[in-house]
Amino acid sequence: MLSRVADRIFWMSRHVERAENMARVLGVTSNLVLYGSKETQEQSLLAPLSSTGLADAYFARHRKLDLSTLIRFFALDERNPFSIYSLLKQARENAHEVRWQITSEMWETLNTTWLELRNARPGRVTGAGANDFFEWVKARSHLFRGVTYGTILRSEAYNFSRLGTFLERADNTVRILDTKYYILLPRVEDIGGALDYYQWSALLRSVSSYETYRALYRDQIVPIRVAELLILERRMPRSLAACFEQIVLAMDRIQGQHDHAAKRLAAEISARLTYSDIEEIFETGVHEYVDACLADINELTLRIQRAYLGVV
Amino acid sequence: MRSIAFWYFVDMGVTHYDEMRDAKGALREHYRAFADWLEATPPRRISEKRREADLLFHRVGITFAVYGDQAGAERLIPFDTIPRIIPKAEWDALAKGLTQRVKALNRFLHDIYHTREILKAGAIPADQVLTHPAYQVAMLGLDLPFGVYSNISGIDLVRHNDGKWYVLEDNLRTPSGVSYMIENRRMMMRLFPELFSRQHVHPVDHYPVLLLNTLRSIAPANARDPTVVVHTPGPFNSAYFEHAFLAQQMGIELVEGSDLHVKDGYAYMKTTAGRQRVDVIYRRVDDIFLDPLAFRADSLLGVPGLLSVYRAGRVALANGIGTGVGDDKSIYPYVPDMIRFYLGEEPLLGNVPTWQCRKPKDLAYVLEHLPELVVKEVQGSGGYGMLVGPAASKREIEQFRTRLQAAPADYIAQPTLSLSTCPTFVGKTGVASRHVDLRPFVLSGREVNIVPGGLTRVALKEGSLVVNSSQGGGTKDTWVVD
Repeated sequence: MLSRVADRIFWMSRHVERAENMARVLGVTSNLVLYGSKETQEQSLLAPLSSTGLADAYFARHRKLDLSTLIRFFALDERNPFSIYSLLKQARENAHEVRWQITSEMWETLNTTWLELRNARPGRVTGAGANDFFEWVKARSHLFRGVTYGTILRSEAYNFSRLGTFLERADNTVRILDTKYYILLPRVEDIGGALDYYQWSALLRSVSSYETYRALYRDQIVPIRVAELLILERRMPRSLAACFEQIVLAMDRIQGQHDHAAKRLAAEISARLTYSDIEEIFETGVHEYVDACLADINELTLRIQRAYLGVV
Repeated sequence: MRSIAFWYFVDMGVTHYDEMRDAKGALREHYRAFADWLEATPPRRISEKRREADLLFHRVGITFAVYGDQAGAERLIPFDTIPRIIPKAEWDALAKGLTQRVKALNRFLHDIYHTREILKAGAIPADQVLTHPAYQVAMLGLDLPFGVYSNISGIDLVRHNDGKWYVLEDNLRTPSGVSYMIENRRMMMRLFPELFSRQHVHPVDHYPVLLLNTLRSIAPANARDPTVVVHTPGPFNSAYFEHAFLAQQMGIELVEGSDLHVKDGYAYMKTTAGRQRVDVIYRRVDDIFLDPLAFRADSLLGVPGLLSVYRAGRVALANGIGTGVGDDKSIYPYVPDMIRFYLGEEPLLGNVPTWQCRKPKDLAYVLEHLPELVVKEVQGSGGYGMLVGPAASKREIEQFRTRLQAAPADYIAQPTLSLSTCPTFVGKTGVASRHVDLRPFVLSGREVNIVPGGLTRVALKEGSLVVNSSQGGGTKDTWVVD
């Protein structure tokens, strides 16, 4: 497969997944702001800005930090490259360029999504309509993934689409964990200390795992179990371990020539996640662990781009 | 589609040849099977099918100006479901004429980059060829496989009211439209399968196979199982759909300039499994953008160093570089002479009579007859700098006269043609006569191949002779029948 085509398919899938995760982050932020104290409210509002590195861009244009301005910034602002609008637009543009290498159903799904989003009025995404909008974004992402899985030939196009999806999902799960620690436990020594039930349950809901947690642990929500679920629990489809299982599967199928370094790193991360112990992670510090994961994911992306996508 | 915009002839009370009925209104024999069907089919069913066709074309994505606006909305070229029918015997004569013409044009292109016999013989003024903007010095002395420069040629034909076919224009650079020929046929077979059991319509669906064979036939000799690619300027190009369609139908890669590079004297493409050698490039990128080292330095569509690989015979390009000399309006009047010069034959297909204003005698005639003539700029593309005499006001004619006298060599003139008409659906259920042309595609490599048919364009506005797709032009399926 042409490197350029693989690149577009990889990023098409990443952008859709990222848009879904942005909707999840905004959903959890809305909940946190509703329940939180004045001080934690501001921290909650700042969290999406710091994890995307867009605080400066935001404050260059907005003096006030409030929920509806923040949501507009991350939902429909065309000047924000991480807005749902920009992400789905890029996904559609990538798909357009390779629409003969993907199925017509995949193209139609992304095109329709884009056409509907383009006509969305700002009023739709804030206030009472906000949750509906986030649910719509998630549903379109589910649809796209399902359509892809159900229609595309099992060849390199499929492999790079899966790779993009799960690498992005791993990245986002890490960021959500990172954000949560950022809010609650600004100092490393506080880890495992006091916690707010609402905040943890909001976080679990943002990764569709509230019920999963209940089913697996039948316990009150404690940080160490939440971390275990999001990092190590292979049966939870948004956990790091589950994502890396899929990443390794996809990379095993890709026929490369100079991809040893990329494949080795993916396998290493996957092995580490398989044999890690959550108590050990808590002893060394979850924040440090999460930071290391983020660095690994970035390095893996670079190696994938060098090995397959024609980036020198 | 470089040339479609030349269609400004005026429809002024002249008689037209109708493809379906003769001058007395009687049905032509080759339309009988279709006309019987049309009469027996309820108009409602046909209008339903027409709506279905629109939907299907949208779904398949057969659109043009694909990206045009940021709206993501794409435009369809209107498709008319009444076919344009040509009897096999007439087609065979056309095909012979087309083969003859394209052979002579290829001989001409070879000649002007080699010994220039035709210029020495004085059959064409040397300055007209050698100073032509499309003449590529880079091609001098280069031998191409089978001496073929234009592997894919689109020849635009019209039928005048004398019932005869005339060549309106040759397209030897990157002619487009063949995807519509194929898709229109598929659509007709899907909508009205019963029509195809009533009479034998010669197939066109194998065009991509013939095209791939043609491209493989020109591969460098040492490429055993040649890798062929389609090279597109990218998704913003108005013919991108066709580039992608042809690549898919041939089962080969659709590449952009950035996918290709030159290393150690060969051309390669970047793939996820490393670099892969490329032997034949069906390029839909213009000459001047092909190689920034040799032509336009600011081209981002091309491949640096490609020309040197081409000249070394290690990659084949289709079409060859520098074919534009053969297809523009200043050279067009000489094509009949080329046929006589190279092949020793009389032309089977006529040209539209053309006055070359560079010749004093012709200029005098043109200046005297401006209100009756169509005057075109030689290098112009797209209908700028053109006078349609019968439609112009006195003032426009006088303004044009001044421009013409200032630079007569820049212009040619032709009589106003009367294009033939073909019944076409108008409104919800009506049928009316609309003007049509025809672009068959000639494939030249080891051998010459023409699929029986081509792209019929139709001017959908009443009386209009503009079949340009951006100005209310549509397309029809073209049938060659026994």
